[in-house]
Amino acid sequence: MLICVSSFFFSSVSHSQITRLYSRFTSLDKGENGTLSREDFQRIPELAINPLGDRIINAFFPEGEDQVNFRGFMRTLAHFRPIEDNEKSKDQNGPEPLNSRSNKLHCKKCEPSYRSNYFSFFVLRMMVGVNISDEQLGSIADRTIQEADQDGDSAISFAEFVKVLEKVDVEQKMSIRFLH
Amino acid sequence: MLCPCAYLADALILPFLLVFHLSRKVTSIVPESCLLILLGLGLGGIVLAVAKKAEYQLEPNMFFLFLLPPIVLDSGYFMPSRLFFDNIGAILTYAVVGTLWNSFTTGAALWGLHRAGLMADPGVEAGLMDFLLFGSLISAVDPVAVLAVFEEVHVNETLFIIVFGESLLNDAVTVVLYKVFNSFVELGPAHIHATDYVKGVVSFFLVSLGGTAVGLLFAFLLALITRFTKRVRIIEPLFVFLLAYVAYLAAEMVSLSSILAVTFCGICCKKYVEANISQKSRTTVKYTMKTLASSSETIIFMFLGISAVDTSKWAWDTALVLGTLFFILLFRAVGVVLQTYVLNRFRLIPLDRIDQVVMSYGGLRGAVAFALVILLDRAKVKAKDYFVATTIVVVFFTVIVQGLTIKPLVTWLKVKRSDHHKPTLNEELHEHAFDHILAAVEDIVGHHGYHYWRDKWEQFDKKYLSQLLMRKSAYRLRDEIWDVYYKLNIRDAISFVDQGGHVLSAAKLALPSMPSLRESLGRPCWTPSGSGACLDLQVIDTVRSRRDKEDAAMHHVLRGSLYKPRRRYKASYSRHFISPDKQERQDKEIFRQNMKRRLETFKSTKHNVCSSKSKARLKEKGRKKASAPQPPAPFLALRFGLPQDADSEVLWGVGEVSEEEESDSSETEREDDEGIVFIARATDEVLQGKTTPGSLDVCPSPCIIPPSPTLAEKELPWKGDQADLAVYVSSETTKIVPVDMQKAWNQSISSLESIASPPGIESGPQHRRFACPVLEEQPQSASQAMPEQSSCFQFPSHVSKSGRSQSDSSPDGAEQQELQPLMAMEEQGRMLPTAEPRWLMFNRPSHL
Repeated sequence: MLICVSSFFFSSVSHSQITRLYSRFTSLDKGENGTLSREDFQRIPELAINPLGDRIINAFFPEGEDQVNFRGFMRTLAHFRPIEDNEKSKDQNGPEPLNSRSNKLHCKKCEPSYRSNYFSFFVLRMMVGVNISDEQLGSIADRTIQEADQDGDSAISFAEFVKVLEKVDVEQKMSIRFLH
Repeated sequence: MLCPCAYLADALILPFLLVFHLSRKVTSIVPESCLLILLGLGLGGIVLAVAKKAEYQLEPNMFFLFLLPPIVLDSGYFMPSRLFFDNIGAILTYAVVGTLWNSFTTGAALWGLHRAGLMADPGVEAGLMDFLLFGSLISAVDPVAVLAVFEEVHVNETLFIIVFGESLLNDAVTVVLYKVFNSFVELGPAHIHATDYVKGVVSFFLVSLGGTAVGLLFAFLLALITRFTKRVRIIEPLFVFLLAYVAYLAAEMVSLSSILAVTFCGICCKKYVEANISQKSRTTVKYTMKTLASSSETIIFMFLGISAVDTSKWAWDTALVLGTLFFILLFRAVGVVLQTYVLNRFRLIPLDRIDQVVMSYGGLRGAVAFALVILLDRAKVKAKDYFVATTIVVVFFTVIVQGLTIKPLVTWLKVKRSDHHKPTLNEELHEHAFDHILAAVEDIVGHHGYHYWRDKWEQFDKKYLSQLLMRKSAYRLRDEIWDVYYKLNIRDAISFVDQGGHVLSAAKLALPSMPSLRESLGRPCWTPSGSGACLDLQVIDTVRSRRDKEDAAMHHVLRGSLYKPRRRYKASYSRHFISPDKQERQDKEIFRQNMKRRLETFKSTKHNVCSSKSKARLKEKGRKKASAPQPPAPFLALRFGLPQDADSEVLWGVGEVSEEEESDSSETEREDDEGIVFIARATDEVLQGKTTPGSLDVCPSPCIIPPSPTLAEKELPWKGDQADLAVYVSSETTKIVPVDMQKAWNQSISSLESIASPPGIESGPQHRRFACPVLEEQPQSASQAMPEQSSCFQFPSHVSKSGRSQSDSSPDGAEQQELQPLMAMEEQGRMLPTAEPRWLMFNRPSHL
């Protein structure tokens, strides 16, 4: 299985990294059935206090499933791999890699949350902190949408979303060095 | 000695600075630091020619005690801390390893050059230790020079922070190496034991970590102190400067790295200090810091130039100079390439070749090296004069030649420039989201990397540090997302006001707080609610449909638009407390109300223009008016004395707006004329009948007597609480009339003027509409006034004054007057015509 994963997704990922991730995977897997459930993720203490923790966990699970195997685990993590120079050139005609810009964006919005409520009120509240009244929070949310909304439908399409972040170095900011 | 020359330098420099800034062509090519050095050279030459000896020198003491701290504090305080800590690994590597590498290789290579007998001058008596000492002082990149040059180049932020951070942090290495080698030179090579080398290494850690610790300690103290300065706002900036300087001195005193101390003090205290101190203090700190830093920088570069003229300190050796220049450039480049090669294995975004070129080329040497070389003891370092000359040449070469060429180089290499764009809420929000996501992913992966620790730190900061170091009020509102939101709103509001409210579209201004506001009817649009500036454009729109509600809104606006009583306050002086300026507060009140009103008028004009501005509506109203005694006078001049101030009267003319809209909608200079104008005028002048056209010109729009209130108005709820109502105005009167309506009004007026006869009621619906308050109810007085096209009703002073006092005590009387807005017959005799056509004034006959 390891070989399969590495050949399929991670042509440039070292064997040792996959081994490390696999040992992490098994240590998270309390049920020892080769898959992770939501509970396994929720057992990570830091995720409990992360405002976006639930979303991240959800991102690991494909539509309608509540188990994820190592392959899916790696597949999601692959979004956070930094882009390397040699990849940029060879990717011209091949299929879009998982760690490309748009895929990074997609992953972040794993659910189509950018459509209607964008950042949900709750997430916003968690990110901003408890010190701001609901009304102020609401106005922040409104403004966020207003800022990005270009066709005036008071919802954010993916194109608008990409436009908003065009100045932000997403490739750089959504990558983790560990996942070479 | 120190102060006079500093003053002199300042006095000399400032005009030149001005010239530099004015002549953009020069400064766009030549960095300011180069110009300053050249200027200093020129000045030094003049002084030398006049005084026959070099007068002013850059004294090391003055440099380290007074000139350097402001620059370092400024750079530390305004350092983008996130960027700094994101790249701390690279910065530390370049600062420590790079500086060590540079100094050892340069020193050793120069020694080799000396051994090879290439330095012809026999005066260069120096051993390995001397050259290593020289290498240590010449190899450090100088923060002042780097800042001066890189600020004008605008390379991308990562590159800038790496070069600049390196230049700041390498001070510790420089200081330690300098001190160690200096003591070695003093001891003499024969007496150095192995333990001394160990001591040198230990002292490096001691000096750098100790300096950092001192900085952190004072940052903590500073933040804590500013938490409790609520009652002494005026000395807040003083604390900032004082404690930072004390940190510098304290570190200097115990021979720790003072630059590190101030840098970290600045970086770490900023967040808390900015949250604690008042807005004014923040501005003061910002500008004072920038001013101090730039004047220090100016003085330093000037003095570098002046000092270079002093030939008594020079001893030239071509091989030494050229060798040094060559080696520092070479080893800098080699060092950068080697370190980058190692660093790129760990960096997320590798530094590419172009970055490396800029980094090696940006290694400017500056005043620190010069001051250090001046500090050398000639008795122990025999070759001091040669070193001084070489240092000067190196500094001049790096600052002038490299400073001049780095900009074309950056352009030529197409280095990624920094792009400054306005922050948007989305970016801020998403960057926070990215942080959270990455931290979460690191948690899942079980990798305790950078994001993990940053997240931990932020939790700690939020839980303990911020609570301890921030005011409760500040802590509650402290959030980056909220900050950005607040700033954006302020910016929008300012630009809206700046543009006179004409350019921005209403849709753009529909700020998010609208929905909540819209529900509360009649609430003033400029709410001081927590959501910053709320420009609610829709209040009137929604209210409009129902007349009652509109009247209610109008009532509130009127109530809000009356000023608080003017008073005269005693001026007092205190050095440490600025009492809240009463005058200022009053001015602010006026300003706020004017703004409010302007916004409102803007809104209503806008609305009227946009909506059916046809005459149909006009006529319909005319018909309505004809049927019911409802006066829709478009303009009104309310003339009412403010009860508390018997000396002045205020003319309130709405109606400027339409006229302005007609003339020039984009006019922003005429700020004072826009919207509703208050004219304060002495009563007696009016009473004497000398209401000159000049004074009336201020309010050129036609003003009409406020009409009698509608029936509905009587039934409105607020009629109950008459105690605090000074004026009643029918809401119809304040409706702004569309442009074409006003044209009609002007036409009818001009026709009236041409006729110059008692105007008939048959002058058409429009005419009827506007003139009817006068014409219908007082045909007699109107016809008397018409030849002059003016009617102004005036009263003797005793009447109006008593009337005013009565109107205070008897609101019932006031209401009655409102119901009968025009004079009783007995007052017509006292009516004084004024020179202004179409000028109808109304003074409320309160004694009725």
